[in-house]
Amino acid sequence: MSFFMEVLLGGLLAGVMYSLVAIGFVLIYKASGVFNFAQGSMVLFAALTFVSLLERGLPFWLSFVISLLSMLLLALLLERLVLRHLVNRPPITLFMATLGLSYVVEGVAQALWGAQVHGLDLGIEDTPLELGGLMLSRFDLFAAGSAGLLVLLLSLLFNKTRIGLSLRAVADDQLAALAVGIRLQRMWVLVWAVAGLVGLVAGLLWGARLGVQFSLSLIVLKALPVLIIGGFTSIGGAIVGGLIVGASEKLAEVYLGPLLSGGIENWFPYVLALLFLLLRPAGLFGERAIERV
Amino acid sequence: MFYQESGQFSTRYRQDGRALRLWQQRAALWALLLLAFGLLPFIGNDYWFSAILIPFLVLSLAGLGLNLLTGYAGQLSLGSAAFMAVGAFASYKLQFLLPGLPLLLSFVAGGVVAAAVGVVFGLPSLRIKGFYLLVSTLAAQFFVEWLLTKFAWFSNGNESGVITAPPLLVAGHDFGSPAGRYLLTLSVVLPLFVLAANLVRSSLGRNWMAVRDMDTAAAVIGIPILRTKLLAFAISSFILGVAGSLWAFTYLGTVEPHGFDLSRSFQVLFIIILGGMGSILGNFLGAAFIVLLPIVLSILSGTLLSGVLPAGQLENLQKIIFGVLIILFLIKEPDGLARLWQGWRARARLWPLRF
Repeated sequence: MSFFMEVLLGGLLAGVMYSLVAIGFVLIYKASGVFNFAQGSMVLFAALTFVSLLERGLPFWLSFVISLLSMLLLALLLERLVLRHLVNRPPITLFMATLGLSYVVEGVAQALWGAQVHGLDLGIEDTPLELGGLMLSRFDLFAAGSAGLLVLLLSLLFNKTRIGLSLRAVADDQLAALAVGIRLQRMWVLVWAVAGLVGLVAGLLWGARLGVQFSLSLIVLKALPVLIIGGFTSIGGAIVGGLIVGASEKLAEVYLGPLLSGGIENWFPYVLALLFLLLRPAGLFGERAIERV
Repeated sequence: MFYQESGQFSTRYRQDGRALRLWQQRAALWALLLLAFGLLPFIGNDYWFSAILIPFLVLSLAGLGLNLLTGYAGQLSLGSAAFMAVGAFASYKLQFLLPGLPLLLSFVAGGVVAAAVGVVFGLPSLRIKGFYLLVSTLAAQFFVEWLLTKFAWFSNGNESGVITAPPLLVAGHDFGSPAGRYLLTLSVVLPLFVLAANLVRSSLGRNWMAVRDMDTAAAVIGIPILRTKLLAFAISSFILGVAGSLWAFTYLGTVEPHGFDLSRSFQVLFIIILGGMGSILGNFLGAAFIVLLPIVLSILSGTLLSGVLPAGQLENLQKIIFGVLIILFLIKEPDGLARLWQGWRARARLWPLRF
């Protein structure tokens, strides 16, 4: 039983890391209706920038600030060069534009900083911690803690500030938001920059775990089922989805994996998401679309 | 200057139903066929066949398969490579299990197996729509890749999972030479294109487009959604399966799961974005673009930037150019190269006059 609990808790903590990536998606989808496939490459770009600056001798906080500024710049350029020209296009077009974007961002990141693997040490030793008879990874706990902090900050931003109010208005109804004088384009920049911040945090945590390298951009594929289970429009959903995927993935790997000769973590979350979708076609917390002719 | 359609009237219903209504178009088609079958096999060299023409033809076919599903029926898919893999492995396995099975028949059988798999992963499309459907097709992508690498039965117990394709014998003739492989590919690809071009003009094609534009409205006017969507998945996967067999048998010469990973799916998707969604001609244009762009880029960087650009940067540059082109196309010409070609033709008809 305690083995089961350990696997479960380990999975839940790993799921938090998935949620971090998924939250970036949700922010952008809510505010601009764009399904942003480039979130993974934004994670890569942010982490690679951070780690390269760190390796060039800059202090931690300065590298963090510069990486953040570079994400802001990316958001600005993106709004000016891409999103502005794609207003009112079908969602599928916007999605494919972000596919192209992910190529550009990956290419630029690797052209600037090289393609080799960078180690990243956040100063947290990854030693197991004994808690109530269960062995837990200290690093995972730290990751979960920072994810929790991030979500707290985001919900403060969304619920207690004027910017958050505008963002919620935009998410609710873009036309109405325009009508009351909210500057849509500024909101887009803002939300892409916030998604960049989330990407940076995710990139640091994932980078410390896996090393900062190209495969970091592939976590977008891990975040997709999370997003689907939680629904595209709910930050809470992204977290619950992440927990579900993380826990069930680990449990399946341990209990189901040996029966199927292993390596099932690539497709298992997708099949799980598919099952969820068959029951609830808009995810657990997603908004139900009303279809009219 | 170009040609005019004036004076050519349909006097029979049969003439009205033709795919190419003008004799100039038909003449151009015959000239192209003559070029492809009669001239190219004799004047082309091995590099042309192996590095340009064969991948171009196979990728056009794969683009066609995805275009039927995404461009015509409106179901977004990121699992094209999985269906290609199913086709390739099924063809190979059938060749192995039933020695003496004609090669072309095993291509068709591979396509049929891929179609069956496509229907299975297409079933969720009845309940899930839009981006949520990506999950189903990505599930197909990862599941098939996993299945083919994990279970040795598919690759006949071969450790590396890479198997050499059997010799290309059709009716006793060996098509193993580059020119032969090109001819074989061409004669498999063309009939499928003819089939698809007619299919999208049929009632099924119209149903697909109705479902694409709005499936609720399509259901209201009495289009059977279930059958239409599943047929789209089946036919698309069939074509992708045949394309996969060709990719493995005539292009690579080996059958391996890694030739059909997610990046292949993206490649096929880019073909139809650049070439033109919902266009038959667009698949050729998109595939030509995708095949030629890396070659042109490497030649350009070899001559213009030799020494300036470090070797590793070429790949990054290629990626950036690719991404920028995709975004540019989506902004400037969402209907792709096919639309550009149409516009050019419309202008050329009137040239040198403007109106």
